[in-house]
Amino acid sequence: MPPPIIEVRDLRKVYDGRAVVDGVSFAVEQGEIFGVLGPNGAGKTTTVECVEGLRVPDAGAVRVAALDPVADHIRLTRVLGAQLQESELQPKLTVREALELYAAFYATPADWRPLAERLGLADKLTTRFAKLSGGQKQRLFIALALIGNPRVVVLDELTTGLDPRARRDTWRLIEDVRDSGVTVLLVTHFMEEAQRLCDRIAVIDRGRVAALDTPAGLIGRTASSTVISFTPSVPLDPADLAALPRLASATEKDGRVTLNGTDDTVDALLTLLARRHITAHQLRVTDTTLDDAFLDLTDTRPGHHGAPA
Amino acid sequence: MTTAAPTSHATHGTPAPGAARAVLKAELRLFRREPGSLFWVMVFPTLLLVILGSIPSFREAQDDLGGIRLVDAYVPVTVLLATIMSGLQAMPPVVTGYRERGILRRMSATPVRPSAVLGAQMGLHGAAALGSALLSLAVGRMAFDVPLPRQGVGYAVALVLVTASALALGALVSALSRTSKAATAVGSAVFFPMMFSAGVWLPVRAMPDALAQAVEALPFGAAAEALNQAAAGDWPGPDHLGVLVLWTAALTAAAGRWFRWE
Repeated sequence: MPPPIIEVRDLRKVYDGRAVVDGVSFAVEQGEIFGVLGPNGAGKTTTVECVEGLRVPDAGAVRVAALDPVADHIRLTRVLGAQLQESELQPKLTVREALELYAAFYATPADWRPLAERLGLADKLTTRFAKLSGGQKQRLFIALALIGNPRVVVLDELTTGLDPRARRDTWRLIEDVRDSGVTVLLVTHFMEEAQRLCDRIAVIDRGRVAALDTPAGLIGRTASSTVISFTPSVPLDPADLAALPRLASATEKDGRVTLNGTDDTVDALLTLLARRHITAHQLRVTDTTLDDAFLDLTDTRPGHHGAPA
Repeated sequence: MTTAAPTSHATHGTPAPGAARAVLKAELRLFRREPGSLFWVMVFPTLLLVILGSIPSFREAQDDLGGIRLVDAYVPVTVLLATIMSGLQAMPPVVTGYRERGILRRMSATPVRPSAVLGAQMGLHGAAALGSALLSLAVGRMAFDVPLPRQGVGYAVALVLVTASALALGALVSALSRTSKAATAVGSAVFFPMMFSAGVWLPVRAMPDALAQAVEALPFGAAAEALNQAAAGDWPGPDHLGVLVLWTAALTAAAGRWFRWE
């Protein structure tokens, strides 16, 4: 197995005496889509900016393709393409000029025409940056991240500002990029995006890695992997509900009961309902989503297991 | 405080050949798309000369100017005006805006250093200032019979030095302004004293002695005298050139000290 293409060890970054990144470690294998997931202000962007060599870590080590992102910054920029949060281009630069300009920065750039085509920018080539919509700007930045034919591409909040169709198109593009052998480091707060795209996810919370696993693994490690909701024909005895095995939480609202638990909970509930001759109207049994797992992993209240409100 | 990655390791490999040229080409295109800047830098100084030269009294020899005409005295003034407009009015909002919008930061993630954009901006604004200065000299000669500088090399040296100090002053304004709006405001606040010291309202040699001496310690006042000396056929005084060199060095050092890439 080849060595990891990105290695982050005990990374620490302090601003104003506050550790924004406080001992983050992870390794990204070649050719995977690796997600960095976390609430706002968790230190996701600072972490990837250290990977991009745009920030100097206060402690710890970062290696990308065996390069130190700070000391070997120029060499790093040839193997790593980045789409940054909150950066713009010159307002009067056209799409075509931006693509040509950034292509000129690399010795062996990608052909910008098919790239523009693939990102739906082909009919916007003569449009100035300032006149582009948010989604078009975002797609242009993805194109600029890919134009140097990088081995690693870092995408920070890449689908923010995109409509659902553009978002899905972008996801397909990212999968194509991965299939062409490029490693993708993806910062996101969209669970659906992380679940759909990522091979593995590091959940970062308050500057630390709260969990690192595959999307399925993250969901599986939550205390309650199943959500059961129904409207009983007659009110249930709270004591009966509380006695259900592996129950993580139970809530009732407007006569509708929502339980978080496991398959054992479902089996026991159905037995209970049959014994009491209660009909469960609109019974829904669903898997916990990454959303629930995420809330569970990043919740600040100790001992709490993310019950839906 | 955010700590920008140091940019001093450019020796660890060079960007693709032609990258700097591509940046310059793009910035030149963008420069040509700013009609406001183009007018104030390239047209306004010469236009002012033409307007003043059209006033009959400006074309009469003045005893208190040592027998030259006001229009003669205003050619170096408009030459200096071109450097002030370019370095102090036009450039700072552009550079500060590039930082404010994260354009410099985006460039740090490529093999090209953001200093290439800064270099291109300073080069273009310097070239525009010199072009505008030459236009002013040419129009002065053709429309109003203002003699061309008799010490051409000395004139060129003084002109290049004052352009450098105008750009350095503009760079310092960019360094000290967080937003492009602030850069415009700070630029304007510095703009008027600099215009005064260049002699826009009153040519330096028409100023009372004490005022003239004070003004000659400033870059544009010193430059006004240096240009006048070269125009008359003398090599510009080392005191005036020295003032220009010192100001350029001090302003450049200060701009380098306080400039932030993001």
